Amino acid sequence: MKRHAFVPIVAAVATLACIPLIVHSNAVLNFLVTTLLLTLAGQGWNVLGGYGGQYSFGHAAFFGTGAYATAILQLRYGLNAWPAFAAGIAAGAGVGAVIGALTFPSGLRGSYFALVTLAFAEVLRIVASVAPVTGAGTGLLIKLDLGAHAIQFQSRAGFYWLILALVAGALVITRLIEQSRFGAWLVAVRENEDAARALGVDPTRVKLGAITISAAMAAAAGCFYAQYFLFVDASIAYGPWISVEALLAPIIGGAGTVFGPLFGALMIKTLGEAAKLVTGDVPGLDLVLYGAVLILVVGLAPRGVAGIGARFRVWLVPQKPREAA
Amino acid sequence: VHLSILLPAIVNGVLNGALYALIALGLTLIYGVLHIINFAHGTLLTAALFAAFFMHQMLGLDPYLAVFILTPAFFVVGYALQRFIIGPASHGNDGNILLVTLGLAVIIENALLFAFRGDTRTIDVAYGFAVVPIAGMFISVPRLVGFGGAVAVALLLWWLLSLTDTGKAIRAVAKEKLGAELTGIDVAHIYAVTFGLGTACVAIAACLLIPTYYVNPYVGNAFVLIAFTTVVLGGMGSIAGALLGGLFVGLVESLCGLYLGESLGQIGIFLMFILVLLFRPNGLLGERA
Repeated sequence: MKRHAFVPIVAAVATLACIPLIVHSNAVLNFLVTTLLLTLAGQGWNVLGGYGGQYSFGHAAFFGTGAYATAILQLRYGLNAWPAFAAGIAAGAGVGAVIGALTFPSGLRGSYFALVTLAFAEVLRIVASVAPVTGAGTGLLIKLDLGAHAIQFQSRAGFYWLILALVAGALVITRLIEQSRFGAWLVAVRENEDAARALGVDPTRVKLGAITISAAMAAAAGCFYAQYFLFVDASIAYGPWISVEALLAPIIGGAGTVFGPLFGALMIKTLGEAAKLVTGDVPGLDLVLYGAVLILVVGLAPRGVAGIGARFRVWLVPQKPREAA
Repeated sequence: VHLSILLPAIVNGVLNGALYALIALGLTLIYGVLHIINFAHGTLLTAALFAAFFMHQMLGLDPYLAVFILTPAFFVVGYALQRFIIGPASHGNDGNILLVTLGLAVIIENALLFAFRGDTRTIDVAYGFAVVPIAGMFISVPRLVGFGGAVAVALLLWWLLSLTDTGKAIRAVAKEKLGAELTGIDVAHIYAVTFGLGTACVAIAACLLIPTYYVNPYVGNAFVLIAFTTVVLGGMGSIAGALLGGLFVGLVESLCGLYLGESLGQIGIFLMFILVLLFRPNGLLGERA
C-alpha cells in the first residue's frame, strides 16, 4: 500500500475543514454543505458505477432509505439521532445488498441494470407516498431538539464539519478500494466481465460488495439530509432528482477517480447557483444546464474533468522516446 | 367483485393498453435497430402532449387534426436528435448512449418546467366525455379512437418495415450493421430515420391521449416505465410483442387499481417489470437468456 496515496485526501480535507474558521456567511456554508452532500452521494455512485461499471439510475433507493430510517427511528421509536443515523446507513446498505442479490446473479447489466434500479427506486417512492409509517403524502417532520446530542447543530459549521467528516471517510474508503485486491477485481469486472471470470474473479460477489458499499455512502447522504432539513417526504427521499445528481457528479468530475465526485459536485452546484443569479429562482433552469453539461462532458471529455487534466499532463510532460525494437 | 364492475375494468384496461402499446412501439423500434434504451422517450411524450395542448389552445386545432402536423414535426425532431446529438456525443459506447439520452430527458423535462411551470393543464373538447353503449357497458369514445389509432399505426409500421425500401434498409441495419454498411446503406441516416419513427409514434400517442388526459412537465415519467415494462415483456425489439405487452400492462394496471386502489395500480406494473427483468429478461415471447 502506498502511503503517499492518502496525502492529497488529507490535504484537501484539512483545507476544507479550515473554511468555517474564515468564512462565517451562512449562504456560503449552506452552499458548501449541499455540495459535500452531493459529493457523498456521488462517491457512492462512483464506487459502483465509476469503478465497477454498473450504471445505476436509482441511487435514490439508498438515499431515501437512509433518510426515512433515520427519521422513523427517531420519531416512532424515540431513538437518539446518532444511533438512528448509523442505523440509516445500515438500512441503506441492506437495501443495496438486497437489490444486488436480486439483480446480479440473473446477469442483469448495462441498460437492463439501469432500468431495474430505476424501477426499484420508483416502487419505493410509491410505497413511501402511501404507507402510514412514512407519513404517506405529508412526509415526516423531525422534532426540533437543538444540540449536538441530537445532530441538530446551532451553527452551520457543525453540520459542515459532520458532512466533511463523512466525505473524508468516503474518500478514504474509495482510495482503500482502489488500492486493494477487491478494487482490482472491480475494475476487471468493469473492463471485461467474461475475462475477469476466466481469471478466477467471481463477478457477482465483487459487484455485490460494490453495491453494498455504494448504497451505504448514498444512505449516509440521505441520513444527513434528514438531519439537516429535518423533513423527509417521498418525492425528496426517493425522487429521481437525487438519482440523477448522484450520477452527474462523478461523471462530470471523472468517474472511477477518487476526487471525481468532489470536482463534479463543486461544478454542478456552482453552475446551479450561477443559473439562479442570472434568472432568479425559477425551477428547472439549473437542471437544464446540468443535462447540457452531462451531454457535453460525455461527448467531448468522456473521462470527466479529471480526464481533461490527465490529457493536458500527457501534452505537457514530454514522453520518453520509444526504444527501437 | 361483481362482473358488472370487472368487465368494464377489463375493457378500459385494454383500451388504455393500446396507447401504452403505441408508446412502447416507438421505444421497441429504436431498441431493435439502434440497440439503445432511449431514456428520453417519456419526456418526448411530454413535449408532444404540450405541443398538442398549445395547438388546441392557440390555434383551436383539434388534437385529431393536429396529429397530421405533429407526427412529421416529431419525426424531424427525433431524426435531428439522433443525427446531431446522440450519435456524435456517444461515440458508439453503450454507457455513453445511456447517459446522453438521460441528459436529453433531464433537459427536455426541465425546459418544459422552466417554460410552463409545474401546472397541470387539460383541454376541453366536445367529445371528451362522450360514450357509446356496447354490450351493456359505456365505453369512452376518445379511448376507442385511441385504440383504433394504435392498431392503425402498428399496421402502418409493419407495412413500412416489411414492404418499403427504407424498411428493408432498417431491418438490414438492425440485423447486421457492418454488412448493411458494406452494401452502401447509410447507417447514420437509417439510425436517425428509426429514431425519428420512434419519436413520431410518441407524437401520435400524445394526440390520441390528450382529449382524456392532462399534461404537466412530469407526465411522461408515468409512461416511461410503463413503456419499458411493455417492451421488456414483449421482448426488446419485437413489434408484435410491444402490442401484446401494452394490452397486458393496461389490463394489469386496471385490475390492480380495482383491487388495490388507484394509487397502488402502478405498483403492479413496476413489480411485474422487476420480476420479468429478473427471470425473463428477453421477454415472455423471447428466447431464454
